[in-house]
Amino acid sequence: MAEIVLDKVTKKYPDGALAVQEVDIEIADGEFIILVGPSGCGKSTTLNMIAGLEDITTGELRIGGERVNERAPKDRDIAMVFQSYALYPHMTVRENMAFPLRLAKVDNATVEKKVNDAADILDLGQHLDRKPSNLSGGQRQRVAMGRAIVRSPKAFLMDEPLSNLDAKLRVQMRTSVSRLQKQLGTTMVYVTHDQTEAMTLGDRVVVMRGGAVQQIGAPQYLYDHPANLFVAGFIGSPSMNFVPAGLENGLLRSPLGDIQLTDRIRRLVEAADAPSEVIVGIRPEHFEDSSLVEEHQRGGGHTFTSNVDVLESMGSDKFAYFTLSGEQATSAELAELAADSGTAEASGGGGVSLVTRIDAASTAKEGEQAEIWFNADKVQLFDPQSGRNLTYTED
Amino acid sequence: MAGIGGAETTAKKTRWGILNAVVVIYALFPVLWIVSLSFKSKDTLADGNFIPRSWTFDNYSEIFKTTEFVRALANSIGIALIATAVAVVFGTMAAYAIARLDFPGKSLLVGVSLLIAMFPQVSLVSPLFEIERSLGLFDTWPGLILPYITFALPLAIYTLSAFFREIPWELEKAAKMDGATPGQAFRRVIAPLAAPGVFTTAILVFIFCWNDFLFAISLTSTERSRTVPVALSFFTGSSQFEDPTGSIAAAAVVITIPIILFVLFFQRRIVAGLTSGAVKG
Ligand SMILES: Nc1ncnc2c1ncn2[C@@H]1O[C@H](COP(=O)(O)OP(=O)(O)O)[C@@H](O)[C@H]1O
Ligand SMILES: [Mg+2]
Repeated sequence: MAEIVLDKVTKKYPDGALAVQEVDIEIADGEFIILVGPSGCGKSTTLNMIAGLEDITTGELRIGGERVNERAPKDRDIAMVFQSYALYPHMTVRENMAFPLRLAKVDNATVEKKVNDAADILDLGQHLDRKPSNLSGGQRQRVAMGRAIVRSPKAFLMDEPLSNLDAKLRVQMRTSVSRLQKQLGTTMVYVTHDQTEAMTLGDRVVVMRGGAVQQIGAPQYLYDHPANLFVAGFIGSPSMNFVPAGLENGLLRSPLGDIQLTDRIRRLVEAADAPSEVIVGIRPEHFEDSSLVEEHQRGGGHTFTSNVDVLESMGSDKFAYFTLSGEQATSAELAELAADSGTAEASGGGGVSLVTRIDAASTAKEGEQAEIWFNADKVQLFDPQSGRNLTYTED
Repeated sequence: MAGIGGAETTAKKTRWGILNAVVVIYALFPVLWIVSLSFKSKDTLADGNFIPRSWTFDNYSEIFKTTEFVRALANSIGIALIATAVAVVFGTMAAYAIARLDFPGKSLLVGVSLLIAMFPQVSLVSPLFEIERSLGLFDTWPGLILPYITFALPLAIYTLSAFFREIPWELEKAAKMDGATPGQAFRRVIAPLAAPGVFTTAILVFIFCWNDFLFAISLTSTERSRTVPVALSFFTGSSQFEDPTGSIAAAAVVITIPIILFVLFFQRRIVAGLTSGAVKG
């Protein structure tokens, strides 16, 4: 076990592609850290540099306080689980898991014991003598994990280990990965493009975009205090609503109507030297059916009326979808997020779409007008140019 | 419905069966004829019967009594094995580099090796003859092994690089992460997976060397390095006045045996789909 420090680590591929730029991450001993971001943002490259499978162009990588830039993967004492599992097809499950130990010249009795222990943890006991080609996807995935844990390395690296599993199995395996990490207490760096995995698994999450780190923090912290438009839009499902607005003397002129900023937000916005055009971000759960909001609360928010496009009842609550008249919020970051989630065309044209999560007791009906309230103190304002969160606070 | 479907497939199977039988008989008939000839005694040789009236092993015992044939057999085996071994070893290294590494001139290398493989061998015979005479390689084993390697190596590189491309790159990375040196990763992970490709290539190259007639007849002049296909064409029988047909037939059967053995030996090692299960679910 050891802490891993990335100090201004940069990767430039021979073809000139700048995949990772000046990444600074300090990973504590025993920490479970997630690298998340859209496809192509440099997560795998970062992980491969930690592993030693890719050279570091500039910057320093330290494991347990020692510079390891020049060390071969085998001398870093790190195990890795690949997205494709990369099991050795000519070896049985037992031989696959024993392979790292055999290379380390561990004696037979110890190999036997460690493989059996790992098989117990991963529930692979009855498959030890089968070949990988005869296993299901979930079993192969567990063998790949088993091969990583047998030799008790300083750290685990995982590159989208669950992305080849079907949805149900993925949720199941997510829990077991989390449990395994707690049980072993080994430092783990986990790469995913799935924000749900990032939110549910890690102690801390590193959000990356275009090779650069956007923000590092605990999942809840990133959710509540996104540093910029990209993090705000990437973390959370359904994602945050973004509405363009003009800002004048503490009043927001937006497709939701004119919103009076609360004193707290007003102070933050003034301190941040906000431009006159901003993007307002509101999370779906900060909306409510106004008839269900208590009288004394209502004053602290803003109410608007619109036609319900679609209403989805989830049992515990309802999702109500609206389309407001006006222009959609535009920024480079939002365009990138839309491209990544494949909604770029779907949401094009015709007004601002809004997702709200309201109480199951709401009587709102599809195709009818509904009055919706939202908490004005929960709105976040962003600079459309730089993407900066104008209402960002440390706590 | 099911009944009709069943009848249809039975009819289909019969049709295919007949077609296959025709093809197999057509291909094997000359071979069987030679086998039959090789077992006939001298006086029944030309009687036109497919099944010999009087069986004899004379033809076989006779050819093994002549140094002509025995030397040629030894030459053939030695030359083909050496050329195959060299071509496969170098071919493996080159193909691995082509499949795995990005180096300047890679596509040029592949292109040139293809070009060599397609080069008409006939046009090389006279220059090679002159070169080998002046280098003292004419009528020696290396004099045949070298040109064989020239043509076998591109074949080997081409076949093997297709096999190497099939092996997931990540397996090698995984081996490195598991603590293997590049050498260990190659020996314990890549080589076992590449084995079917290596064996297939070995068979192809061996057959090419074994069957060559053109180089063998042009670059040899004595029993010292003459291979079997050439020796066969020089067969005269035990005495000058004898019809050598029986001996030639027997020799032809004998030289087919090593190829059959070679293929059978390696074919068992060619397990299709060996890399399945390495990646994904
Ligand atoms: N071997 C390579 N050569 C050149 N560019 C590469 C190579 N591997 C990845 N890249 C580029 O680097 C960027 C980051 O890739 P990667 O780290 O694989 O992203 P992620 O894992 O986040 O999807 C991408 O733009 C990709 O095209
Ligand atoms: Mg990746």
